[in-house]
Amino acid sequence: MSTRIDQRFAALKQEGRAALVTFITAGDPDYETSLKIIQGLPKAGADIIEFGMPFTDPMADGPAIQAGGLRALASGQNMKKTLKLVKAFRAGDKETPVVLMGYYNPIYVYGVDKFLIDAKKVGADGLIIVDLPPEEDDELCLPAMAAGLNFIRLATPTTDDQRAPAVFKNTSGFVYYVSVLGITGTKAPDLKSVKANVNRLRKHTSLPISVGFGVKSAEQARTIAKDADGVVVGSALVSAIANSLDKKGKATAKTPKAVHTLVAEIAKGVRS
Amino acid sequence: MTTPNSYRTGPDEKGLFGIYGGRFVAETLMPLILQLEQAYKDAKADPSFQAELDDFLEHYVGRPSPLYFAERMTEHLGGAKIYFKRDELNHTGAHKINNVMGQILLARRMGKKRIIAETGAGQHGVATATACARFGLECIIYMGEVDIARQMPNVFRMKLLGATVVPAKSGSRTLKDALNEALRDWVANVEDTFYCIGTVAGPHPYPEMVRDFQSVIGKETREQMMKREGRLPDSLVAAIGGGSNAMGLFHPFLDDKDVKIIGVEAAGHGLKKKHAASITGGRPGILHGNRTYLLMDDDGQITEGHSISAGLDYPGIGPEHAWLHDMKRVEYVSATDKEALEAFQLCCKLEGIIPALEPSHALAHVMKIAPKLPKEHLMVMNMCGRGDKDIFTVADILGVKL
Repeated sequence: MSTRIDQRFAALKQEGRAALVTFITAGDPDYETSLKIIQGLPKAGADIIEFGMPFTDPMADGPAIQAGGLRALASGQNMKKTLKLVKAFRAGDKETPVVLMGYYNPIYVYGVDKFLIDAKKVGADGLIIVDLPPEEDDELCLPAMAAGLNFIRLATPTTDDQRAPAVFKNTSGFVYYVSVLGITGTKAPDLKSVKANVNRLRKHTSLPISVGFGVKSAEQARTIAKDADGVVVGSALVSAIANSLDKKGKATAKTPKAVHTLVAEIAKGVRS
Repeated sequence: MTTPNSYRTGPDEKGLFGIYGGRFVAETLMPLILQLEQAYKDAKADPSFQAELDDFLEHYVGRPSPLYFAERMTEHLGGAKIYFKRDELNHTGAHKINNVMGQILLARRMGKKRIIAETGAGQHGVATATACARFGLECIIYMGEVDIARQMPNVFRMKLLGATVVPAKSGSRTLKDALNEALRDWVANVEDTFYCIGTVAGPHPYPEMVRDFQSVIGKETREQMMKREGRLPDSLVAAIGGGSNAMGLFHPFLDDKDVKIIGVEAAGHGLKKKHAASITGGRPGILHGNRTYLLMDDDGQITEGHSISAGLDYPGIGPEHAWLHDMKRVEYVSATDKEALEAFQLCCKLEGIIPALEPSHALAHVMKIAPKLPKEHLMVMNMCGRGDKDIFTVADILGVKL
């Protein structure tokens, strides 16, 4: 079974370049603005889009994405609306892969079976669930694979050679290498160690490896793209949203443009 | 649901009590959690570890804590014979130190030099800061900004003991957010840091490990009651936030079918208003590394609990409690802020003991049920903390300016 994610990475391999994976919290700062932002991402240079499913207690996220999630929740975002947002995006774009990223509780409460059916139906292609390590594969990973969705696992600097096989066993789509020890958007990745770790992990998997957590600039993206199959940018985009808001925290006319401009700039780095 | 042969064998190798518990953590932490699990197993099997812990519990913490016959409370209520397990007499003034001594000795065994912890009321933070001072370890305590404001004396205590107190400014700025911040710290400092969790929650092996360290409360209670009354108690009552003092008292009695066991959650302003009663008012979900009963909305977003007691103000409960609730082995009830405050005042006047607001909830329930029980009914309430830290909160509510 080949998903949009597999096809996209295969096509980019033909082109000889890495993918730009962009993360936006669904509903940040509100549903309509979020849709505008996401609809403009492919044109700005995003190859794969991660929709963050907001959660009150995001334990792996730094201040920027925490704040983005709270903005989305305050504007009334919930799982139903996140799925609706994917559907609305998919209506105008049949090719760009969509990954839903977040924490397990909102999915568990929505109902695992119902979530998988609905996510597939609206056109999502994969899941990244931060608090589901391979030890908990029965919960969502295996049902998701059976439903035809990729389950993309995070590998980290603590994923050593002994643990790597367990981490990659039920991973599909791509591997998300977390480039720093820590939470999203706080530390800058040590580019030398990223290179060494990506090459180390390649011994354990033939899946494409994307690198994220802390990537903020076109220059970093360019360097990482030399060794990795994809570069993930999240906190920087969420911060761009935050910086474009008015004093009351509401979206302005500049909000979508602020994100698209930054994506275009980083895309240049990835493609150079 | 079938009745198991024993209620004391959990968790299984996946860290589950029935469907509760587990290891719902980010991949970065997973290798550390497995390492901790192994280290704890090794320590548990090593008699020298238990001997060292016992020595510190006796000479540093001051165990065993007395089992005290609360004579005037018993007379006043006119029913069951009420005993207090006096864990408020421990060094640092609460049961928290029992667990902290165990975990800090384990951290030393593992060669970890930097200790992090979360705290709500500040008792676990004080206990952790105390043990870190004793062993010369770096100590960082995460505490919600709201809790810092309502527990100033404990904040100052921690600082005196050399700890760094870091305010958790995200979300509801209480205990759950302090836990989030501690987890974020741990992810960023995996090499040298030991996370000393204060309650029977979090990813496996924490619920099991904290329970084991707190079980000293129940073990002593069994022996002391046998010595005093020649038989086991008829009922046990303890307050529950995350549930560590309660689990410590309950666990050694779980297989004694005739012992009725009652956990008292914080009903705050009332169960139909803002409260922190996860079992009575919540449902199963996943937070902070485990599946358990949680307070949340229909979308799975965690809601803010409320209790007059910062130590009970947590939207979850330990997974073993969740299982014991489903198995109907333990009865979970609740007491409101108002009821706890009345119990607090009554205890001061009748027994000369200023209880913490946490056990005041347990006492509030004792006041409800004891009058209806016969005089030969032996009831043990866990007096898990002293109330010095709460006098400002209580004075404020009573309209007294200090």
